[in-house]
Amino acid sequence: MSRGVDLRIVELSKSFGSKQVLQDLSLEIKPGEFVAIVGRSGCGKSTLLRLISGLERPTAGGILVDGEPVKQLNTAVRMMFQDARLLLWKRVIQNVGLGLRGNWKSKAQLTLEQVGLADRADEWIAVLSGGQRQRVALARALVSEPRLLLLDEPLGALDALTRIEMQRLIESIWQEQQFTTLLITHDVEEAVTLGDRVVLLEAGQVTLDLEIPLARPRHRGDPVFAALVEQILHRILSRDQKPAVQHSASDLLVHSN
Amino acid sequence: MLKSLPVNSVWVRQRDHLLQVRWLRGFFLPVVLLVGWECLSRLGIFPPNLLPAPSAVLATIGQLAASGELFAHIAVTLYRVAVGFLLGGAIATVLGALTGYSRLFSDLLDPLLQSLRNIPSLAWVPLFILWMGIGETSKVALIAVGVFFPVYLNLMSGVQNVDRKLVEVGKAYRLSDLQLIRRIFLPATLPAYIVGLRSGLGLGWMFVVAAEIMGSSQGLGFLLVDGQTTGRPTVILVSILLFAVFGKLTDSALATVGQRLLFWQDSYSSQTH
Repeated sequence: MSRGVDLRIVELSKSFGSKQVLQDLSLEIKPGEFVAIVGRSGCGKSTLLRLISGLERPTAGGILVDGEPVKQLNTAVRMMFQDARLLLWKRVIQNVGLGLRGNWKSKAQLTLEQVGLADRADEWIAVLSGGQRQRVALARALVSEPRLLLLDEPLGALDALTRIEMQRLIESIWQEQQFTTLLITHDVEEAVTLGDRVVLLEAGQVTLDLEIPLARPRHRGDPVFAALVEQILHRILSRDQKPAVQHSASDLLVHSN
Repeated sequence: MLKSLPVNSVWVRQRDHLLQVRWLRGFFLPVVLLVGWECLSRLGIFPPNLLPAPSAVLATIGQLAASGELFAHIAVTLYRVAVGFLLGGAIATVLGALTGYSRLFSDLLDPLLQSLRNIPSLAWVPLFILWMGIGETSKVALIAVGVFFPVYLNLMSGVQNVDRKLVEVGKAYRLSDLQLIRRIFLPATLPAYIVGLRSGLGLGWMFVVAAEIMGSSQGLGFLLVDGQTTGRPTVILVSILLFAVFGKLTDSALATVGQRLLFWQDSYSSQTH
């Protein structure tokens, strides 16, 4: 039995001023499921995550976590951002323990071990590399044993190798702890590597919801993997087939076919 | 990750080495100028009634020190700067933090303070003398006004520029308001605040001269006027020299405190402490 939350998003709408960002979006995520959300920038991905975390309020509709509507920040939910957002004036271990009470130090140390940074606990953030900073941010999110982990393009700024390393790390910790995970990414390969399902968000709505039936760990060389990536990319790019689009975009499409 | 330790220690050694050389470099030009000045004075090219030799200035310092007069002047000036700095700095800290943190206070207070800032601070002199007389109060008040604005401005913009993303993290991790201020706002604002304190102190030294020239019987600024009216250029130079020395010393002291507090900013230099 998974300890992840059951997440239901019901006819969710959000607008900022006159700009409609999400429109009647509905999505169900089972406990312990790993869902990857892809979409172009500006499609409302980040807003969706901020709504789920309680940092923003919906304009209409609602979000149910284990059947309870989200009204404020929820301790069962943790979020990780594209930038690590660490406190430069605290040491690594203090950053991990931010917001913990009681016997936080041993917990934080254990979590640092999980992300492979046990020996850097007393370092300042300034000496860490970008990948190490993201691992500290991951440890900070994991230390309170969240039941829902929201990942807002956390690997977007990392180099290709560090990225693959981080994907494996996130996958193995998720398999071990079975929290529900929502990953936002603009990298379709990453989405297919990690997601049980890949959801495509376009103009504030779900336009594709695809099961990924591959066994883990997944390999990029696998033909089914490649076909799935292709299918999703094709779906994203097919919007460009409207007549107004320039040649370059349709060239790209022909090439990708 | 494995490489970082040896690389760090090499860095530290190089920095130390560079620092020593640069210290010496800073002394090079002043020494050359002083020697040249002394030579030209002895050759009679600089008239002693306009530009006395460095040795004559040193001799005057010796005389003033022997009579105990010098220390009295230094003490009075330091006292005025200190009180003015503390007073102006304290008020600026309270108001800067309020206007930085709260929109309401910023809307209420900032326009007024910004327009007062545009009054050249020396323009307050006649008014302060009228209100508070020619004694200590008006001098300290003038210095405090000088110190106030840089501290206020830097602190306010420092608080306003605290990364909202970090504040969001703090909220997402359920820090209380007090914890948010202590763990995020205070440390994030400190660099700007220290810059403000240092430029405030600089202005404090500027205004103590103005305050002491406008009427006093003691202090380094009084030595300036005294030297001028009694035709003793050595006394003027002694005063200028001492202003330079104490201005630099107090600024360095503040910079050192700042560095200690901001150890996290530059991890390399924190490793050398």
